[in-house]
Amino acid sequence: MHTLSAHKGRIALAAAAAALTISTVPVSAQETFKLGIVTFLSGPAAESFGVPARNGATFTIDELNKGSVPAPHNKVGFGGMKIEPIIIDENGGATKQVQELRNLYQRDNVDAVLGYISSGDCLAVSPIAEELKKLLVLMDCGTPRIFEEAKYNYVFRTASHATMDNVALIRYMKAKNIKMETFSAINQDYAWGQDSRADFVAAAGQIFPNAKLGTDLLPKFGAGQYGTEISALVGAGSDVVYSSLWGGDLQAFVLQSAPRGLPKRSQLVFSAADHVLPALGDKMPDGTIIGARGAYGLMSRKSVLNDWFFPGFEKAIGAYPVQAAYRINQSILGLKNAIEKAMEKNGGKKPTTDEIVAAMTGSQWESPGGLIKMTLGDGHQATQPIGISRTKYNPEKKRVDLVDIQYFNAECVNPPPGIKSLDWIKGGMQGAKCE
Amino acid sequence: MEPVIWLAKGETMAPNDGSWKRVFLSMNLFLTIVIDGLIEASWLFVVALGLTLVFGVLKILNIAHGGFYALGAYIAATVVTLFAAKGLPPALGFAAMLLAAAFVALAVGVMLERGLLKMFYGRDEVVLLLVTYAVFLLLEDITKLIWGVNPILATQPYELFGNVSFGKLFYVGYDLVLIPVAIASGLAVWFGLNRTVTGKIVSAVIHNPEISASMGVKINRIYAFAFAFGLMLAAFAGALTAPKISVQPGLSSDVIILSFAIVVIGGLGSVEGAAVGAILVGLARAASVHIFPQGELFVIYLIMAVVLMIRPEGLFQRETARRI
Repeated sequence: MHTLSAHKGRIALAAAAAALTISTVPVSAQETFKLGIVTFLSGPAAESFGVPARNGATFTIDELNKGSVPAPHNKVGFGGMKIEPIIIDENGGATKQVQELRNLYQRDNVDAVLGYISSGDCLAVSPIAEELKKLLVLMDCGTPRIFEEAKYNYVFRTASHATMDNVALIRYMKAKNIKMETFSAINQDYAWGQDSRADFVAAAGQIFPNAKLGTDLLPKFGAGQYGTEISALVGAGSDVVYSSLWGGDLQAFVLQSAPRGLPKRSQLVFSAADHVLPALGDKMPDGTIIGARGAYGLMSRKSVLNDWFFPGFEKAIGAYPVQAAYRINQSILGLKNAIEKAMEKNGGKKPTTDEIVAAMTGSQWESPGGLIKMTLGDGHQATQPIGISRTKYNPEKKRVDLVDIQYFNAECVNPPPGIKSLDWIKGGMQGAKCE
Repeated sequence: MEPVIWLAKGETMAPNDGSWKRVFLSMNLFLTIVIDGLIEASWLFVVALGLTLVFGVLKILNIAHGGFYALGAYIAATVVTLFAAKGLPPALGFAAMLLAAAFVALAVGVMLERGLLKMFYGRDEVVLLLVTYAVFLLLEDITKLIWGVNPILATQPYELFGNVSFGKLFYVGYDLVLIPVAIASGLAVWFGLNRTVTGKIVSAVIHNPEISASMGVKINRIYAFAFAFGLMLAAFAGALTAPKISVQPGLSSDVIILSFAIVVIGGLGSVEGAAVGAILVGLARAASVHIFPQGELFVIYLIMAVVLMIRPEGLFQRETARRI
């Protein structure tokens, strides 16, 4: 018994020493970081956002795993850990996504989940990640409500919400002396469309105080046919027609409205239209004012990171990157930045969820779309710069170019911390710092 | 007493404007609503025609109708793209897309009816409804497998008929062509059912399949023909719509809901009912978008609810004698 006890004691001592050694040793080359990625692979949002996001994720992860990304993101994978992605389809509604998120955490044992495009899905899955105390990085979703109506510790969003898009559009129109005594609006009748409309109308009220809202249409999502709506918009004859339509709806609207003379009668202003330019080509009217929800794609600025991302993506995928590819890229780089910051603090071992959360809160990092800063939502909601421009078809390249680009810094078009977006706009956008 | 004037958004009228200007502005808006409503009604009618025909003959509420609408749109987009790539005239592409969509739907429709549906005849109507729902789901995935999830733009035929102006409004000729196409489709189906021998036989099967069979009518053939013809109309409608939209997954579900609303208003199985239902919905929706945009969706289902309250069998459903 005594011998046995002594033997057990030695084993315990050895085990404790081994455990101590493991806990202070940096991650091995075999260690991986399992990352659940959720994006639309089917459904109406797949082509516009989901598939470009999937392509952006696979390109970025491949490059990170090879260590081919320029500084400051030049370490292999996440702090030396190879990234092991599990990509799932966001299509199917919020109830399905809640179950899929649980599956990713509890069945697939992912270290973090990153993705989500739909505002409805983002609102539905965030409380689940919080309940499970698991890391969730939202890469898109337009609605400002996620961190304005709730508080999360384990949830982050690495891109600005839709307020930025609409405030920037209005500031652009003012800077370019666009006449807007009257304006009309057509937006989809769901969270994104209604939130965007509210922000645009409120911002217009501040910068163009005499502008009157005429026809105000909210067709259902996926309507596809806009004959009657176009009659109403042409009949209204407003100076400006604003829309946050996207994807197939936006393509159909442009196809049907151009031959009916709407772009000649009114200045078209689209808040998130970069992704339809390759498909529409010369069908997109010249001079349309568009946003891309960031300084992305053909509006991206020259930088070392963008010189890596834009041509690299174009070569790998066969099409230039649009907003969703940029957004998921900046999301992955933001997570990488937080993991490596956490590893610097813990001696280089694989960080726990809480260590990553602490490092990501209030962090900032460089991305191909510019500097991303987690300034809102107690350090959980990002702000970023944005570009707005006009379309011009280039017959030689057979593509729509973007001209007359103007950039707005994050502090000019995003609310400061501690105030709801709509209240900030209605209060005169106090504290905005425009360069 | 001052008349009530509805102005289009953006149209203004000073208090001292004469009554002629008032009348002109009202007429302008009225005319716009009528044109928009008729274009919408024409599209709705072509989509709903096949659905009501299939119900009339087979008593099947065919959910797969929306799937064939989408199939027609995809086939049309593919044909137009191929013709455009080969530099062939858009008019040829337009004709080819309609023929190709109709032919594929007719062939698949016959196979579907003979290979699947006939096994469920005599079973509860709910079972048949579930079978067509299963076909609808299968078709959604099959179209994704064949064409992928990326939208297809095949707009060349949309420019084929030029533009027409009404006052200060331009209309695309292609949209206006939908009106005679819908009238021709409706008349052809009505004439076929009421003025041809085959139509009389189909009518006999609609009224009483057992007696028709006992008198030598091959009702299986009638069923297969009617089902395939109904699906052909759905694919035809999809093909007509393809040049003006972005053809992509998800087309089918909205169409099937709207078609059901039309045939329920008009009376299941009634061609005249589908026409009146489509006109009612088209005009009401157009009026709503121009005058009260918030009620655009609500107005369709309001009409349906009112009709169901007054005539639960629909506006044109004939009273049927109870068999003893």
